[in-house]
Amino acid sequence: MTLRLVSLFAFLVWVALPFGAAQSQTERAPDTMAARVLACASCHGADGEGTSDVYFPRLAGKPAGYLYNQLIAFRDGRRKYPPMNYLLDFQTDDYLKKIAEHFASLRPAFPPPSPPTDSKEILARGESIVKNGDPQHGIPPCSACHGPTLGGMEPGIPGLLGLRAAYISGQLGGWRYGTRTAIAPDCMQIVASLLTEDDVKAVAAYLSSRPAPADPSFAPHGSLAMPLECGSEPH
Amino acid sequence: MSRTSTGLLAGLALALSAVTALAQQKAADPAVIAKGEYLARAGDCIACHTAREGKTFAGGLAMKTPFGTLYTSNITPDPQTGIGMWTSDQFYQMMHNGRFPDGGLVYPAMPFASYTKVTREDSDAIYAYLRTVPPVKQLNQPHDLTFPFNNRSLILGWRTLFFKEGEFRPDPSKSAEWNRGAYLVEGLGHCGMCHTAINALGGSSQSQAFEGGLIPMQNWYAPSLTSNKEAGLGDWTIEEIVDYLRKGVAAKGAVYGPMAEVVYNSLQYLNDEDVRAMAIYLKGLAQGTSPEKPAASLPSAESSLLLSLGKQLYDRECASCHGASGQGMPPDYPPLAGNQSIQMVSAVNAIRMVLNGGYPPGTAGNPMPYGMPPFAHRLSDDEVAAVVTFIRTSWGNRGEPVSARQANELRAATLN
Repeated sequence: MTLRLVSLFAFLVWVALPFGAAQSQTERAPDTMAARVLACASCHGADGEGTSDVYFPRLAGKPAGYLYNQLIAFRDGRRKYPPMNYLLDFQTDDYLKKIAEHFASLRPAFPPPSPPTDSKEILARGESIVKNGDPQHGIPPCSACHGPTLGGMEPGIPGLLGLRAAYISGQLGGWRYGTRTAIAPDCMQIVASLLTEDDVKAVAAYLSSRPAPADPSFAPHGSLAMPLECGSEPH
Repeated sequence: MSRTSTGLLAGLALALSAVTALAQQKAADPAVIAKGEYLARAGDCIACHTAREGKTFAGGLAMKTPFGTLYTSNITPDPQTGIGMWTSDQFYQMMHNGRFPDGGLVYPAMPFASYTKVTREDSDAIYAYLRTVPPVKQLNQPHDLTFPFNNRSLILGWRTLFFKEGEFRPDPSKSAEWNRGAYLVEGLGHCGMCHTAINALGGSSQSQAFEGGLIPMQNWYAPSLTSNKEAGLGDWTIEEIVDYLRKGVAAKGAVYGPMAEVVYNSLQYLNDEDVRAMAIYLKGLAQGTSPEKPAASLPSAESSLLLSLGKQLYDRECASCHGASGQGMPPDYPPLAGNQSIQMVSAVNAIRMVLNGGYPPGTAGNPMPYGMPPFAHRLSDDEVAAVVTFIRTSWGNRGEPVSARQANELRAATLN
């Protein structure tokens, strides 16, 4: 082989090597929040829209402050649900804030409302509590804090539409029995403990039967005069 | 001696020890305190001595053991409820010999069998640091142990069998780095608490050091650090081990389960030199090279059914992140092909990762980790067994198949 051929060969090897090395390197995961929170998708949907499992809530479009409070509460054990407590155990405040902001920014379509399986009377009782409360028993209307459109209020109050009856009654039950707690004063704990079993059923039935909101956004901070103090929604 | 004079004497002794403690506090120099803080991180004191949402180092964390529940103690400098009255001698006695200032025996949930290797100088630095943390007045909760384990004198028996007192002795035939790594892994790191099997008497046998075992109550398997078939690091580069310990993710795999806690609270805070030293020591623990991969020992009709279902599930649920050939997208989505953690004799961890999912810890080096979704609610026992069998036996992996019953049993494992 002549010297020239040898050097040509060496040159080819030199050109081809880094290319080959680059090829053999495996691909990196996309540097996005969506790829990082794929772990949430099997219960909450890839865009936080919820799944067919009625016990798992929609996350998309809830105020970031609310989602952040929940993530912290799960991590620190204030809100008890072992699968979530376990997943968030060793994550930092900063990262949980980014996760909250990610889901708050998404606007996937709402699911069709569940066809009501409860009687008209039950739905009417639910509607009445949601809109007017039950002044006799000291129960404020849901809409007083969650807004007339039930879209929630920044930063800490979630929207109530797009959730299934099983999830809503599960959460109200959680407050009554102490598996779900929030920063004191825990206003929802107070409200939930005033509700009867029938009230819970009626509210869950009514809320889950409502169609998607035309404007799925939350009320600005401080725009609703809240009837009671809430630790998670400071003035 | 009258009761009064005994009381007086006791009072005097207490006052004296308080004076000694105060004098020691004044003498501590900031460099020693900073060193103590660093060493307290290396010993991961915070993980057990701080309850969830509790005050730092005030104790009160419930530790479930097969013998009952132990509650960790207050190690803040509060004089009544913490260790504010302790002298550095008494602190060293507890670290080195597992005895309280009054001579009482410490339950071995406190890893004094490892901490005994810590030097007096390092013990004093940790002591100096603990004197500077905010004191918290919080009484220790009494332990809730079942008979006969509520009898502290039983600890004597345990100590005879499993406790060998003695500071770390460097091996002069090894490098300074290796010795530093050994000191941290065997001493403050107390890695052997999980990575050496715990027997029915709640002890670890020195002859089985770092050979792995199931962690009681938690139902995670702490892999062997000596076998390259498990978590033996013989085939890992030093860089990969350092990444794994400090960032929680590396090209060959990610931290999960109880190890995530260790990285989150302790290892991520250690400096480069120390983590590198640990890596060198750990790599050296692994014996020999990886054994030859045996041919897959599967082909019964049942296994091939399991495998074809497993492949179907893998392609549908796993391949988008872990790759069609199990290559993953390291370090974010760990590779499954060649991943030692998946092929160990114990399939507990692989099954639990499929059931429960998991996130590596958020660390300074990897602040926004990628996570694995739980599948417990979506896959049946048969499906979990099929997909775990598939990943344990594909792409040259040499794990054994798992059964639906194994998958079912782990559904009840405690999550946290």
